[in-house]
Amino acid sequence: MNVELKNIHKRFGKTYANKGINLSIPSGAIQGILGENGAGKSTLMKILSGFIQADSGGEIVLDGKPVVMQSPADAIRFGVGMLHQDPLDFPPMKLLDNFLLGMPGKLFLNRKEAAQDFNRLANEYGFNFDPESYVDSLTVGERQQLEIMRLLFLGARVFIFDEPTTGISAAQKTKLFDTLQSFPKQAITTIFVSHKLEDVERLCDRVAVLRAGELVGEFTPPYETKKFVSTMFGKEITLGERQPAKTGDVVLSLKNVFLEDTRVRIDGLNVNIRAGEVIGLAGLEGSGQGMFIRACAGLVRPVGGKIFLKGKNLTGKSYYAFKREGVNFLPAARLEEGLLPGLSLLDHFILAEKPRGVFIDKAYGQRLAEERIKSFNIRGTPASMVESLSGGNQQRAELALLQTPLSLVLLEHPTRGLDIESMIYIWSKLKDRCKQDGAALIFISSDLEELLQYSDRLLVFFSGKVSEPIDASGTNVEQLGQLIGGKGWPQKGDIHA
Amino acid sequence: MLKTKAGRFIFQLAAFLLAMGFVSLILLATGASPLEAYKNMLAGSVGSMRKFAEVLVSFVPLLLVTAGLLITFSAGLWNIGVEGQIVLGAIGSVWVLRQFVDSAMPPAMVILLSILSGMVFGAVWASLAGMLKTFGGVNEIFGGLGLNFVSTALTLYLIFGPWKREGVASMSGTEPLPDVFSLPQISDLRISPYALAMALVAVAIVYFILQGTYFGLKIKAVGRNIRAAYLLGIPTWQYSLYSFLICGALAGVAGALQVTAVYHRLIPSISSGYGYLGLMVAMLVNYQAVWAAPVALFFAALNIGSIQLPILMKLDSSLSGVLQGVLVLFVLLTEGVRQRFVKKA
Amino acid sequence: MNQETLLVGLAGVFAAAAPIIFAVMGETLSERAGVINLSMNGTILLTAMSGFAVAYTTNSLILGFLAGLLIGALVALVVAFASITLKQSQVAIGFVLALTCRDLAYFLGSPFMGVNGPRLQAAPIPGLSAIPVLGPLFFRQEVITYVSFFAIFIAWLWLYRTRPGLMLQGIGEKPAAAYVRGANVNLMRYVYTVIGGAFIGLAGPAYSLGVRAGWMGTISGLDGIGWIALSITIFGGWNPVRAAFGAYLFAFLQWLGLVLQPVLTQVPSQVLQVAPFPLMILTLLLVNIGNAEWVERTLAAMPESARKFTAKLLRAMRASPPAALGVPFERD
Repeated sequence: MNVELKNIHKRFGKTYANKGINLSIPSGAIQGILGENGAGKSTLMKILSGFIQADSGGEIVLDGKPVVMQSPADAIRFGVGMLHQDPLDFPPMKLLDNFLLGMPGKLFLNRKEAAQDFNRLANEYGFNFDPESYVDSLTVGERQQLEIMRLLFLGARVFIFDEPTTGISAAQKTKLFDTLQSFPKQAITTIFVSHKLEDVERLCDRVAVLRAGELVGEFTPPYETKKFVSTMFGKEITLGERQPAKTGDVVLSLKNVFLEDTRVRIDGLNVNIRAGEVIGLAGLEGSGQGMFIRACAGLVRPVGGKIFLKGKNLTGKSYYAFKREGVNFLPAARLEEGLLPGLSLLDHFILAEKPRGVFIDKAYGQRLAEERIKSFNIRGTPASMVESLSGGNQQRAELALLQTPLSLVLLEHPTRGLDIESMIYIWSKLKDRCKQDGAALIFISSDLEELLQYSDRLLVFFSGKVSEPIDASGTNVEQLGQLIGGKGWPQKGDIHA
Repeated sequence: MLKTKAGRFIFQLAAFLLAMGFVSLILLATGASPLEAYKNMLAGSVGSMRKFAEVLVSFVPLLLVTAGLLITFSAGLWNIGVEGQIVLGAIGSVWVLRQFVDSAMPPAMVILLSILSGMVFGAVWASLAGMLKTFGGVNEIFGGLGLNFVSTALTLYLIFGPWKREGVASMSGTEPLPDVFSLPQISDLRISPYALAMALVAVAIVYFILQGTYFGLKIKAVGRNIRAAYLLGIPTWQYSLYSFLICGALAGVAGALQVTAVYHRLIPSISSGYGYLGLMVAMLVNYQAVWAAPVALFFAALNIGSIQLPILMKLDSSLSGVLQGVLVLFVLLTEGVRQRFVKKA
Repeated sequence: MNQETLLVGLAGVFAAAAPIIFAVMGETLSERAGVINLSMNGTILLTAMSGFAVAYTTNSLILGFLAGLLIGALVALVVAFASITLKQSQVAIGFVLALTCRDLAYFLGSPFMGVNGPRLQAAPIPGLSAIPVLGPLFFRQEVITYVSFFAIFIAWLWLYRTRPGLMLQGIGEKPAAAYVRGANVNLMRYVYTVIGGAFIGLAGPAYSLGVRAGWMGTISGLDGIGWIALSITIFGGWNPVRAAFGAYLFAFLQWLGLVLQPVLTQVPSQVLQVAPFPLMILTLLLVNIGNAEWVERTLAAMPESARKFTAKLLRAMRASPPAALGVPFERD
C-alpha cells in the first residue's frame, strides 16, 4: 500500500510536535524513521495510526485516496496497523483469546475455527505458538510476533513498528527482520521507527530523519552513518571548555554485578567511581542504564556480584541503607516518583531535611524554601503546589531536594525539557554541590552534548551491553552516536579509560 | 475564577442548595411540608438547652471519629473499619469497668483506665486492618468491613454469652454498670464536659499534627504519592500503620465514651453508625481539620433534630441520614463538575 | 435429620442465595468493565423497599421487580457519571450512595413497614420436580430462584463465550489495548455499570418479595448484605461461576449456623448467624495473600519441592482483579 503524508502539523500547546511534514512511501517499501527522543517520531506515527488527529490542513493519502482516521480501529479498517513499543495485548489471557479480541464476527465465539486460522497463520510465518498458552508466558519478541499475526489477519497493509528491537534477543531480532523482509513481496509497506542506526541501516531501503518536529533529511542506500548522526543531532557540535575532574577516593564500586529485569540483562559489570567524578550514562531508553542507576540507589537488587559504597558492602541492603550512606536518587518521572502533588514547595524542602524535633519550625522552613527557590531559580513561592509549577521548575525543585550527607548523586535526565541557560545553571549548581560534599555524580541523559560536556567518563549502554568507561574528552558526538546505535562496538578491551 | 476560594465556595453553596432542593422534593413527594420538617429539625436540635446538650452528646463521638479519619485519609487510606474500632473501644472500656466493680480503686481512676483501655483496643483493632493490608494484600476497605462484622459478632457474643444480664440475655445489652463509673454531667443535662473537652482536644491535636509536625507531613506525603515518599526516605508502610493506630485509638476513645458517658453498658449497636458518619464528615470538609468541628456539629444537630419527626410529622427519623448523604453526594458531584470546567478552561 | 428435611434445607440455601447471586453477578460485570460499584449495600435496601412498595401498591410482582431493576440501574448511573465523566473517586461516590440509599429506603419505606403484601410462591416445574433428590433441590423453587440460576449461566456465557464479553474482559484489563481494537471504552463502562446496577437492583425485590417477604425497615436484616456481596465478588475472582459458588457457600454456612444451633447451645444463636462474616475475611486473605511481596520472598527461600507446591496452591486460590479496576481511561 502506498502511503503519503501531506503537510502534517500537530501542536501541543505552544510547541510543535510535527511541523509541515511531507513524506511519501511507495508500496512495499521498508521506510526507516530516525530521530532523537522528542523529535516528533511518535506523534507522527500516532497520527498515521489514528491514535490522535493531525491539526487541520494536512492529509493522509493511502493508495491515492485521502482518508480520515478517527481511531486506531478506523486505521486498521483502512489497512494501517501499529505495533507499540509496549505491546498492546492482554497478558493474563490465552493466546487465542488475545487473538480473537476485537476481531469482527458473530456474537458467539467460534474458538475452534479461530484456532485453525491461528495455527494456519502461525505456520505460514514460521511462528511457533500454542493458542492455549498464556500471553504472559511469552517474551516481548514473541508478543510482537503474535501482534503481527493478528494485524495480518485483520488485513493490515501498512505496518508501523515503534522501536521494535528494544528488549528482544538477537535471535528474535533476526526472526523479526526475516518477517519484515518478506513483506515487500506481498506489497505490505513497513514503517520502522527507531534510533538504532545499525538496525535501520540493515533493514530499511529508505530513511527519513526528523528533528524538532520537522523532516530534515531523506536518505537511500548506501548509508553514511556519520551523515545520519549529524542530521539527527543538528548543528556541528562545539565542545566548550571542559573542566578536568579532581578525583578523590573511590566512592562507589561495583564488582562483577549482574542485573536483570524482564527486558534487559547486564552481565558481570565492574566499575569504580571516585569522589568528584561525573559519570554520564548514554544509551537508548531501556538499554539497561535505568536499571544500573537504580541498582546504585539500592532500589534494584543485583542478582549477582557486590556493591560497595565508600568501602562498605551494601549488597542487598535496603534503599534506606543506601540513603543513610548519602546516596541521593532523583527519578525522571517527576510527578510520579519525584514530587508529591498536593504538597507545597515548602513542604517538600522540609521533608527532604532531617527532622529538627517534633514540630516544624515554620519560620526556618520559610527561610530555607526562599533561599532554595532563589538559589535554584525556581519560579514559584514557598506555598506553590508542585503540580502547578512548569516542567522546568519542577525539575529544579527536584534538584533542590538533594539531601545531606551527600556521597553519591544519581540523576535521571536532570535537564530534560530545560533551555540551555537553565542547563548551564543547574550543572554549575550540581558541580558545586558535589565538590563541596566530595560526592560523585552519575546521570542518565539522552542529550549527547550534555553527556560530553559535563561527564568526566561515559558508560554507553546497548541492549544490556555496557562499554568500558570512556574518557569524555577523548570522544565526540559521532562516535557516541554510533555506539548508542549499536555500531562500532569494540571487542572488550579496545577502549581504555 | 473557578480555581479561587470564592469559586469553590460558590460551587459548595450550589451543592448545598441542590441538596436541600432534592430533599425538599422527596419530602413533597411523601406529602410532607419541607419547611415544617426543617423547622421541626431546627427546634428539635437547638430549641432548648436540653436538646442542644443532646446534640453535643452525639457531637462528641462523631468529632473524635472524624478527627481520627482525617489522619487515615491524609495517609491515603479508606479506614472503613472505623465502626468496628469504635465497638472495640467500647468493649475494652466495659471490660476494664467490669474488673473494678466492687473494688476500692477510686472511680475516677477506673474511668480513666477504661478510656485508656478503649483507646488501646481500638488501636489494636485498627492495626489488624493495617496489617491485613500491608502483609496480606487485603484492601483496607474489605479488611475493615470484615472486621466490622467480626466486632458485631464479638459484641453479640459478649452480650449473650459471658457478659449476659442476670437472668435473661437480651438485645438491650449487658447489665448496666454502677453509677459511679459514669463521667460527671453538667447538672441534669446528659452531656459530660469531660467528654466534650476530650473530643475538642482530639481534633485540635489532629489539626496540629497535620499542620505543624514532621510526623503529619510525612503521613501526608505517604498519602499523596507513596512512591515519591519512599524515594524521599520515608518508611512508607510504617507510616500507614501509624495512621491506622492513631485513628483506631481515637475511635476507641469514642467507643469508651459511649460507654462511660452515654450508655453505661455494652449494647449491640454501641457505635451507632458514627464511624460511617465520620467518613462522610471527613469527605464533606474535604479532609481539612479546621472545618471538622462545625460540620460534625451540624451533622449531630441533624441527627438529634430528626428524632422527634416520627411523633410530630409521622416522618421517619432517617431523614437526617438522607439529608447528610445527599449533601455529601452533591458536594462530590459539583466538585467533579468544577474540576471539569477548570480543566477545560 | 432425615433426608427430607435435609433436602428442604439445602433447597432453601439455593433460594436464600438467589438475591446474593444477582448482586454478585451485577458487581462482577461492572468491575469487569473497570468500575467498582460500592453503593451495593444501599442499592439492595432501596430496591428491596421500593420493589415491595410498588408490588404492594400495584399488586403486581412483576412491576415490583421492574422497579428494583430500574432503581438499581439509576443508582449505578450516578456511580458511572461521577466516576467516568467527572473522574471522581469511585470509592467515595459509591460509599456515599451506599449510606444515602440505605437511609432513603428507611425514610421512604416507613409507611410500608410490616404491612402484608404480595410475595412469590413456589413454582414447581412439572415433571422435573418429581425427579428424586434433584427435583426437591432445584425444581420446586420460586420463579426468581430459577432466574438466579439463569443469571449465572448468562453472565458466564456472555463473558467467556461471546465477542462483546471478550471485549469486556479486555476493557477491564487494559483499556488502551481494547480501544485500539475498536472498543468505545467509556461508553462500554457506562453500559456495563448500568446493566450491573440493574442486576443488583433485582437483589432487593428478590428479598422483599421472596425469601424475606415484606419490608421491616431497620430490622429487615438486610443491612450488610451488600458488603458481603462485595467480598464474594472478590472471592469469586471476577468469574461468575466461582462467584456463584461463593454465594452458595455463604448461604450454606448461614443455614448451617441455624441447624447447628440446637447442638451448640453454649454459643449464642446471634453469633452463629454472623459466623460466615469472619470467614469471609479469611477467604479474602487467602485470595489476596499471593499478591503480597513478602510471600514471594518467603517462597523464594523455600526448598524446591515445598515451593512448587505452595506456589501452586497460592495460584489456585489467588484472584487478580481486572488490572484497570478503578482507573479512569483517557485516550492519550
